[in-house]
Amino acid sequence: MRKEFKHEPLFHISKRMDISTAQKWIIRLSAGILAVLVCSLIATIFTHNFGGFFKSMGSGTFGTAIRRWNLLEKLAILLCIALALTPAFKMRFWNIGAEGQTLIGCLVSAICMFYIRGSIANPLLLLISFVGSVGAGMLWGFIPAFFKAKWNTNETLFTLMMNYVAMYLVTFFISFAVRSGSGVLGYQPFGHLPLLQIPGLAPTGQKFLLTVILVAVLVVLMYVYLRFSKHGYEISVVGESVNTARYIGINVRKVIIRTMLLSGAICGFAGWLLVTGARFTVNKDLVGGDGFTAILVAWLAHFNPLGMLLTAFLVVFLKQGASQLVTDFKIGKDYFGDVITGIFFFFIIGCEFFINYRINFKKRTVKAAASSDTENPSEGADEPSAEAPTLPEAEAASEEAVAANREVE
Amino acid sequence: MFISFLHNAIRFSTIFMYGSTGETLTERSGHLNLGTPGTMCLGALGGFLGVRIYLDSVASSGQMNGFLAVFIPILFALLFGACAGLLYSFFTVTLRCNQNVTGLTLTTFGIGLSNFVGSSINNTGFSAVSIFFRTGFVTKTNPNAFENLFLTYGALVYLAIILAIAVAVILRHTRIGLNVRAVGENPATADAAGINVTAYRYVSTIIGSAISGLGGLFYIMDYIGGNWQYAIDAFGWLAVALVIFTIWQSDLGILGAILFGALYVAPNYINTGTAGYIKELIKMLPYIITIVVLIITSIFGSRKAQPPAGLGLNYFREER
Repeated sequence: MRKEFKHEPLFHISKRMDISTAQKWIIRLSAGILAVLVCSLIATIFTHNFGGFFKSMGSGTFGTAIRRWNLLEKLAILLCIALALTPAFKMRFWNIGAEGQTLIGCLVSAICMFYIRGSIANPLLLLISFVGSVGAGMLWGFIPAFFKAKWNTNETLFTLMMNYVAMYLVTFFISFAVRSGSGVLGYQPFGHLPLLQIPGLAPTGQKFLLTVILVAVLVVLMYVYLRFSKHGYEISVVGESVNTARYIGINVRKVIIRTMLLSGAICGFAGWLLVTGARFTVNKDLVGGDGFTAILVAWLAHFNPLGMLLTAFLVVFLKQGASQLVTDFKIGKDYFGDVITGIFFFFIIGCEFFINYRINFKKRTVKAAASSDTENPSEGADEPSAEAPTLPEAEAASEEAVAANREVE
Repeated sequence: MFISFLHNAIRFSTIFMYGSTGETLTERSGHLNLGTPGTMCLGALGGFLGVRIYLDSVASSGQMNGFLAVFIPILFALLFGACAGLLYSFFTVTLRCNQNVTGLTLTTFGIGLSNFVGSSINNTGFSAVSIFFRTGFVTKTNPNAFENLFLTYGALVYLAIILAIAVAVILRHTRIGLNVRAVGENPATADAAGINVTAYRYVSTIIGSAISGLGGLFYIMDYIGGNWQYAIDAFGWLAVALVIFTIWQSDLGILGAILFGALYVAPNYINTGTAGYIKELIKMLPYIITIVVLIITSIFGSRKAQPPAGLGLNYFREER
């Protein structure tokens, strides 16, 4: 024991309870700026043009009307999946199966388009594919939730595996339906979302407008659901502590299954929007990792639907901008966007440490600490803050003092 | 034909074996590392760079040393995998960030970086190096059944089996292994018993990731013969699944990997005639089987078949 305290660590980490919202956002913002700076420096290695990074990022996302609409559409889909995950994650149900839940929704939409074709009116076909997609998404959410609720089966891995089941169902459907063996399902001409015409904003009808509006409505609904409904309350109690939830009479199983049904349904809805509103076909990579990215989007926004607007925008901006950068400077394949997104996420995840913990640097020798700490144990914190020290700090400081006392004796 | 099927299944299983051995070690220390697919991609990238560097260094003489041609890429793959593990443990152990989120980010980053750099590396001469990777104990053109099943694989296949057994033995029968398991089950108790939780988590994750990285190298240099291909992350997820499938035992992982490998190569051996779509359903089987195993272990699981109790949870000494 004695030896350990002679080599006193250079700093000491303690939990931080008293951080203000403003400080939190200053830390996050500076991490974001730092991340962009690092990304731009890395891009400069390949492009030899520092300013070009920002120029390409800007032009790739806002340069033309088509790019702006693409940005909005990608943002809407990513946001929709992130919204779907939010209730599940608030409940501490690690649903990493959004990719599969969305893809199965895409698949059912495509199946409806492919088999029903023009035999019924378009609105009816849209309705059928909507019900089918949402139902399939619900099923994909229900299966892991049922086993989690009943036997506490590990949901992280269960939902992960369900992604691949969905993926191979898609390739199965394509090779079943497309007998030429090309493995590609072509453009489906029926069952598209209608074009909205709004004088001024989209006078000729914009194909992504309806998608954007629907998701915007969903953001508000989800915010209200989580914040003001009884269900939202139950979800957060189950997430905080299952035992507390049981104690106050919440049926935990019911909440888990109901929440995952909702989560899966919204994922299926996202799949429906993706196929009927933008792609009009299906392949196994249609969701393209958005199901995983959405987890990070939701997590970074601390599961606040309005905050997700910002994080989802940042991610789409980075990805789309990076792909423009690759085109502009002809630097290899399109994966540069993933590299940049990865670096960006690392910075944002890492900065949470500085929000949750405080680093206390040791400035005194053991002996000096002994005399001062025995007099006033609260001097463990190095920042001259006026408020009382938090519990762990005080305890740690007094432990040190006791140990140092032994040392003196 | 059955022999050749089994041969290919065993050969293919090596990818899963590396991934699951590495991930088993990592998970036993309490880290649910979802960055394994990214780590395997980075390992492949490291190996690819290693081959390029070796080829450039012998370009003047033109003489290749078979041992070095295999050994140097292995070193690089280990190094890149270890770096990925270091990154992951820095975030989860030192910065105490959420493990799932960190892992997924590492996967995004690893896939992005490896494909971005890997596809731009000039791979002329790689097929010649790949031959060294594939050379087994028996090299004659028409080996008998025994030789074909046991002696014709490249060095990385045997290394995978050795590592899987070594990790299992270390975890089960040594003090170090006991400490790793203690850290994974209940870090607070391990800490109280004087085990350095931080060091154990760092080292297990770094070694585990280095082993996983070799899986990517095997796929790129041995299985597909020195071309860059974007497919490794799917194997990485299967490797994560395999860890659960084999209930955190890396020696069982050998058999599990062979089963997964067999299911993966089976579609090539089944004559479905015009009904080619059946093959897609067979490819789904490894995932379905993993789900079934998950369910069964959760319903009937004995205490030994459960995941480490501290899996996915970060440890902060002052938190009570």
